[in-house]
Amino acid sequence: MELFKIEKLIEKYLNAETTLQEEKVLKKFFLQDNIPTHLKEYKYLFNYFSNSKLERVSKSITLPKKQYNLRWLSIAAALILMISIYTFHQNNVREKEEARLAFMETQKALNLISYNLNKGNKAVAQLKTFENTQNRIFINNK
Amino acid sequence: MIFDSNKMNQSEFLKIVLPFKDKVYRLAKRLLVSRDEAEDATQELYFKLWKNRTKIETYDNVEAYAMRMTKNYCLDQLKSKRASNLTLVHNNYKDENTSLQKEIEYGDSANIIKKMIDNLPEKQKMIVQLRDIENYEYPEIGKIMNMKPTAIRVALSRARKTLRDSFIKKQNYGIV
Repeated sequence: MELFKIEKLIEKYLNAETTLQEEKVLKKFFLQDNIPTHLKEYKYLFNYFSNSKLERVSKSITLPKKQYNLRWLSIAAALILMISIYTFHQNNVREKEEARLAFMETQKALNLISYNLNKGNKAVAQLKTFENTQNRIFINNK
Repeated sequence: MIFDSNKMNQSEFLKIVLPFKDKVYRLAKRLLVSRDEAEDATQELYFKLWKNRTKIETYDNVEAYAMRMTKNYCLDQLKSKRASNLTLVHNNYKDENTSLQKEIEYGDSANIIKKMIDNLPEKQKMIVQLRDIENYEYPEIGKIMNMKPTAIRVALSRARKTLRDSFIKKQNYGIV
């Protein structure tokens, strides 16, 4: 490109009137080696701009992974806790009920035994009276 | 199932926001200077974008939105840094001067230009970054900077002339 046009573009550039397209033209022009001395400062400037755009962030970017999951995790934990408390409680109630039933069964069985024992006792008592009478008769007769 | 849909959202999100991560980093570095701080700022910005991901879908220009957030975040960082240790900032200036002296001796033109951009007012500095380095169109710069195109042009013109003048001055001293 003719120097005259470049000089005109630079004038526009300094007034911030160039388009991106025109600025590209300037950048390209100043990348060459043979730049007239009176324009040398632009060579440094435009080269600096081009090189600066090459800089990259070296650390990789991380995002918070747990933030969203944590909500569900806490809900799940609360549910599990509630369910385990409930089942534990239910187990306790059932055990108590079972113990009560077993107690009642035992009581029933013991009652039955004692009833029958008393029946036997009565029979034995009858026998005793019989024996006493018999003794009396036989001893008296001797 | 919950976990799967979450993963998909994240990869969709990354597809939208990762292409301009280097531009975010370069703007942050232009403002914060240090590489570590710029990287931290980039990471922080992506956290913020992720938090606001529901909003992202409603923006027509996510990149401009992200660049604007970057700008605001870095300016806040600078403000709190300046407020908390003024003496340190003062010392930094001293260091910069001596290192500038060294670079002048070596004739490192890139570092000299970088220092010259550093010395521009913040608004001009950002506009140079956005236009001359990242090649954004004026309406986009307007969205990022929250400025009218004419105001952007005025600031940019001033910045470009300042850069040229200070470079010529250095040339005349035989430094470059």
